[in-house]
Amino acid sequence: MTQAYVETPRSEGASAQGIPAPEGAGAPNYTVTPKRAPDGTLQGDLLEVSMGPQHPSTHGVFRMDVVLDGERVMKLKPVFGYLHRNHEKIGENTTYLGSMPYTDRLDYFCSLTNNWAYALTVEKLAGLQPPERAEYIRVITAELTRLQNHVSLVGFLLQDMGAMGTPLMYAFRERERILDLFESLTGARMMCNYMRFGGCRCDLPPGWLEQAQQAVNEFPRFLDEFEALLSGNEILLARTQGVGVLPRELAVNASITGPMLRASGVNYDIRKVDQYGIYDRFKFRVPLGDHGDVYDRYMIRILEMRESVGILQAALRDIPAGPIVDPKAKLRGFRPKPGEVYGRIESPKGELGFYIISNGSPNPYRYRVRPPSFINLTILEDICLGHHVADVVIILGSVDIVMGEVDR
Amino acid sequence: MSAPLLGQGIFKGLAETARNFFGSYVKKDRLITVQYPEERLPQTEAARSFPVLVYDGDDWQKGLRCVACLICEKECPPQCIYIVKDTVRKPDAAGKLQFQPRVFDIDISVCMSCQICVEVCPFDAIKMDVQYELSTGDRFGTLLLRKQQLAKPNQYYHQIHPTEAAEVDAHLSADKAKAKAAPTPKPA
Repeated sequence: MTQAYVETPRSEGASAQGIPAPEGAGAPNYTVTPKRAPDGTLQGDLLEVSMGPQHPSTHGVFRMDVVLDGERVMKLKPVFGYLHRNHEKIGENTTYLGSMPYTDRLDYFCSLTNNWAYALTVEKLAGLQPPERAEYIRVITAELTRLQNHVSLVGFLLQDMGAMGTPLMYAFRERERILDLFESLTGARMMCNYMRFGGCRCDLPPGWLEQAQQAVNEFPRFLDEFEALLSGNEILLARTQGVGVLPRELAVNASITGPMLRASGVNYDIRKVDQYGIYDRFKFRVPLGDHGDVYDRYMIRILEMRESVGILQAALRDIPAGPIVDPKAKLRGFRPKPGEVYGRIESPKGELGFYIISNGSPNPYRYRVRPPSFINLTILEDICLGHHVADVVIILGSVDIVMGEVDR
Repeated sequence: MSAPLLGQGIFKGLAETARNFFGSYVKKDRLITVQYPEERLPQTEAARSFPVLVYDGDDWQKGLRCVACLICEKECPPQCIYIVKDTVRKPDAAGKLQFQPRVFDIDISVCMSCQICVEVCPFDAIKMDVQYELSTGDRFGTLLLRKQQLAKPNQYYHQIHPTEAAEVDAHLSADKAKAKAAPTPKPA
């Protein structure tokens, strides 16, 4: 049963010890369907459990109907919609600008990347071009968002694993520094509502760049500390390696994006593929995993944060002075010409896309969001089958979902 | 790479925790907690909570900058603003005849603090407050702010957003000077 785990960066130590994979991991999926009597009740010793929506590990109001054989998962059905609030229909009934604050509430960890995705889509539709400085500000805020999203994700993941408190507190300490930057720039820690069509809402306050530079300079120290704390921890390795393996073919077929896909070894990063904004000017590497297990997904996020720090250093060094809004942009009475457009960015969770059809009126005719965490959830059953209930919790944690985005 | 001792990673992690624990007694950057009700962090200038109406002069009814143009009511995404325009023009703080809102309500239980009303207002009449301790026991009455509760003097605006208020005052007086230099013909 022992598998070799060698290629993953920074895990050579663990693989050399030959820590055996948990029993049943990597085994073929259970194809047994629970035996049911004609009236639909379960027979035998299978147990149907409803996990959530108030379960502390489900990251919001998410429910999983799991069928258990002892501790082992035989069937899993994700149930969501508890946080549905009609985002797409509201988007069709408000003005283009009016949807901007609602996009903050999609993935409430990364409001700035949501803003960017929406602004990018509408700019494509209306033919606006943000000035240089606005593009730099967007890259800086988006990469800061990536840092704070990944940092809280690894904190939550370890919390799910039973490392109560400590890693999450360290993660939130760092996240708070970045949220302070957001607050002094946009006025809100989480609901930033900062990007506008053709630029940004306001210029950087005095001293902001220095503060950001300091936060970015100190960030690698935190990553080193975090890795010393955990990356070599034998309990973490035993719990995560070989758990929740997502095969490469399945990941591609299920249109998984973001760190989930890259952990399965597929080199696909929209920052590289589309080079939206000014991402063609920055040198960064795309970390890839080999096994597609929970450990790879954890490690990919740590490595992505290191790359983001590099992008931030370059962007903070090169940011030019100048205007922050395209002079053609209109705040009141904004009516883009009729047309249809799809815009996407690499949000911290994956490909975040907006699809808009305009008929020339002040509000979109059709407004649709392609949420990364919703689509990443679709393979949950495939990667959970055959694992223990306790592993389901960390597999779900490693998918990185936010219910605001899944349910919309 | 030779196999490390089993459990070495755990001890390494515990050493990191210990460094943070003991470090918190001597180093300020390891102890970052703020004991909230007793200590408070200073607010940034960009901070925002809920909208207020700015008035010039001393009389809150006369001096309101709002001319009830209804733009904010239309643009407000959650539609929490309710305005009824007055039927007669009244002199404002500068003595100019203007329409004024007869009713101006903001339901702050609906407001999502997005600041779009502030951005779209062409008269610099509505601005964001920075008050944040607003919890009440009453679910309806105290969360529906009327015109009188919303009206705040320009001095208050200067106090909460000094840089922004100075810019607004500068461009308002520039507009006024321009209007004086070239008076627009009065509509017949």
